[in-house]
Amino acid sequence: MTPEILAALEAAQREKRAIVLATRLPDGAQSLLPDAAAPEALNAAAARALDRDENGTVKIDGQDWFLHAHNPPLRLVVVGAVHIAQALVPFAARCGYAVTVVDPRRSFASDERFPNVTISTEWPDEAMDALAPDHRTAVVTLTHDPKLDDPALDRALKSQAFYIGALGSRKTHAARLKRLRELGHDETALARIKGPVGLNIEAVTAPEIGLSIMAEIVAVRRGAPLPEKARLPAAASASASSASASSASAPQAA
Amino acid sequence: MSAATLFNEPEDVLATAAGWRAAGEQVAIATVTETWGSSPRPAGSRLAISKSGKMAGSVSGGCIEGAVAEAAMKTIDTGTPQLLDFGVTHERAWEVGLACGGKVKVFVERLS
Repeated sequence: MTPEILAALEAAQREKRAIVLATRLPDGAQSLLPDAAAPEALNAAAARALDRDENGTVKIDGQDWFLHAHNPPLRLVVVGAVHIAQALVPFAARCGYAVTVVDPRRSFASDERFPNVTISTEWPDEAMDALAPDHRTAVVTLTHDPKLDDPALDRALKSQAFYIGALGSRKTHAARLKRLRELGHDETALARIKGPVGLNIEAVTAPEIGLSIMAEIVAVRRGAPLPEKARLPAAASASASSASASSASAPQAA
Repeated sequence: MSAATLFNEPEDVLATAAGWRAAGEQVAIATVTETWGSSPRPAGSRLAISKSGKMAGSVSGGCIEGAVAEAAMKTIDTGTPQLLDFGVTHERAWEVGLACGGKVKVFVERLS
């Protein structure tokens, strides 16, 4: 790899541009795609690699090319700079996600509580409009406060976000869905929201809940089969929800 | 806990390699280019190797890193890239390969 290629890869990373490193096998000749001078078929294969976020070898005009997709990081938007967010953010960063924590309450969204994390103290609807979630973005709401969670979920549902999760018990979630329905979201849209958020691993502590949420994000991203979340009628879950109102992967009603 | 990781790789192997190079080390980069069957690391996984023996990242679950590092020394010396093929090993044979039953191709190049 030449210093020029390395520098170009590093520049693309800094500028959050998607780029493909093409290596001809076995001689190792390298170029960066897309490139107007490259064969059209090679540019098309590079575009597919970026779109699928998949690396692999293709044969073009009798030559083998290894196409290495370098996409900007996946993104995670966490609404609510709460304790569970503090636990979730390091898991997400370790998994390669660029994280933004949104919370207009400055006592929560402090650099001290979230060192080295991008923080937005705008209202969630404005923050979400600015962040413009795309198909490589996950959104998780953790505030429990409809004034903060609802506008974020509304914007998330209008986006291509590949994962939308909302913390709250089944009862809280049912009430939330009712409010979002009143904002005009239909059942297909509402079914995109993972609630209660996270894989059910009977998580109790904040780090465990963070782990269960991150595991669910990875599972959705990688297309793992997931059990449908049990949909209990609000009345049936009411008795169980008071104790578990703040826990993701809430324990099942006994 | 920086969010500024390189692209999708939580461990920024290329940046680590560039750092070694900038510090005056001779460095090779190995990249998985193809996999068949159950191999632990997907295509695109990188392992950086320095002449002094430092390693960062991985191209397998640890089964072939030693052989790849050995090949990397040659590429560091000659500048000639190599495309390595690793297949299934027999459980008891002392050969390099993947006990998990997968096959991988690994491209080794010098960071010039």
